[in-house]
Amino acid sequence: MALSDADIQRIAHLARIEVTSAEAAAVAAKLDGIFELVGRMRAIDTRGILPMSHAHDVTLPLRDDRVTESDQRDVLQRTAPASQDGLYLVPRVIE
Amino acid sequence: MNSNDIVVTSTLTALSRALSARELSSVELTGALLERVETLGAKLNAFVTVDREGALARAGAADARLARGEGSALTGIPLAHKDVLMTAGLRTTCGSRMLENFVAPYDAFVVERLAEAGMVALGKTNMDEFAMGSSSENSYFGPVRNPWDPTRVPGGSSGGSAAAVAARLVPAATGTDTGGSIRQPASLSGVCGLKPTYGVCSRYGLVAFASSLDTPGVFATTAQDCALLLSAMAGHDARDSTSLDRPREDYARDLARPLAGLRIGMPREYFGGGAAPEVLAAVEAALAALRTLGASLVEIALPNVPLAVPVYYVIAPAEASSNLSRFDGVRYGHRAAQYTDLADMYRKSRAEGFGAEVKRRILVGTYVLSHGYYDAYYLKAQQVRRLIADDFQRAYERCDVIAGPTAPTTAFPIGDQVDDPAQMYLNDIFTIAANLTGAPAMSIPCGFDAKGLPIGLHLQANAFRESLLLNVAHQYQQVTDWHARAPEGFMP
Repeated sequence: MALSDADIQRIAHLARIEVTSAEAAAVAAKLDGIFELVGRMRAIDTRGILPMSHAHDVTLPLRDDRVTESDQRDVLQRTAPASQDGLYLVPRVIE
Repeated sequence: MNSNDIVVTSTLTALSRALSARELSSVELTGALLERVETLGAKLNAFVTVDREGALARAGAADARLARGEGSALTGIPLAHKDVLMTAGLRTTCGSRMLENFVAPYDAFVVERLAEAGMVALGKTNMDEFAMGSSSENSYFGPVRNPWDPTRVPGGSSGGSAAAVAARLVPAATGTDTGGSIRQPASLSGVCGLKPTYGVCSRYGLVAFASSLDTPGVFATTAQDCALLLSAMAGHDARDSTSLDRPREDYARDLARPLAGLRIGMPREYFGGGAAPEVLAAVEAALAALRTLGASLVEIALPNVPLAVPVYYVIAPAEASSNLSRFDGVRYGHRAAQYTDLADMYRKSRAEGFGAEVKRRILVGTYVLSHGYYDAYYLKAQQVRRLIADDFQRAYERCDVIAGPTAPTTAFPIGDQVDDPAQMYLNDIFTIAANLTGAPAMSIPCGFDAKGLPIGLHLQANAFRESLLLNVAHQYQQVTDWHARAPEGFMP
């Protein structure tokens, strides 16, 4: 399988990562190498095999429906680039 | 031997004895090791952040606790945390430009547990960005160097932790293991590295890479030290929905048990062409030593295990592409300076904030989860994952532990494999299966190659049998001294 330029731009768009046209060929070549490695599992007959999404076949627990967290907005917002009155200040994106 | 030598050459267990006998204070011990971290650690680029002030304060508190007779075996012992584990008030970068200035608002569960035991965190260790890599070269803060040969890699992704323990900068360090990120660097750096069963240590506060595989664990120089650390780190935590609610365990309880009657499985897939001859020779010598201790060797087959690497490179990138979507430059993390609109801000912030390997894995994960490819890749990989897990269950009907090499080679030169990701991925051919199955595994030193580089023995067991792994490793370390060797230039 060889990824086309269009494939690369489609994935890059979905992933919201800019891949410039100058980078695209090099990115495609490396991804081709990875998909060649990954492709080795595709020939295996897995009809009727239950997918394994987790190490242990356990049901995820439900927590009690009660308040456990206190208000930590100020602590959490300390990592924000800018905030005011408890709100995140974000750059203008609508003209 | 002066007191500084004791600080450097002692195991965690020996330091613990000296601290509780009040022959040494934690402030003295912490001060001496900080000095080493700041000089020798800098040469290895093993640390991203050193917290001198905080460490000395914690050491003072530990001394007070010991004086009151309230200390545990770990009280006052210095350690380092991999920089993917959140530490309240101290920068957590994940080796990424994206989080270059990120200060976590809370501690990871394992950080919290070890702090409660009285351990003294000295700082945060360098790593492959977001724990993606097998060489610790994929760090925004530069590559980590192997203390056995600074022109070579220490393995990865927890390379800074492995190098720090190998160079005797700290007696212990935390790591995380998603496909071998504790065991492979332990092998390449000549230390012990333990990945417990998935769910035994909470992932709360571990910056997520592949949530169904990520496992916190430890590095130390002996199996006994690993047992002490795991006993303190393990435990149920409601804040991680995959954390298992099991009774507390003393993981050191079986250390002294003789190995008579133990059945060690040798998978023919691990002793074929995959590993270098010198690596195989050291592993075979280790198995011979275990046999003289009373263990028997059983040939086993794990026919689907050669598919573990392909399966992993679908599942791990798929989970990573989802987990890393949170880094968009809006509420925290790197934000591009120049952009045209909101979508462009996301694209550019992520393109600049992530390194090449992280971007590759996000792109691979996005592709395998995208419309039209999900069944052919992601679902298929989950089905083959089940086949691999079934292979292990069949094998454990015939043996108690499974042994083999941890890594196919010893440490390779910095720069050797960075341009060939698919080649780099094969460093984890022996370690990845334990992440897919969730079972515990560890690497312990078992020899050196002709260049003087360490070789690791990989031991695996069925889920929740950590104490058996530690028993085998400890018994082996009673009759060998590979684990006690330290790199020249880092010893007194």
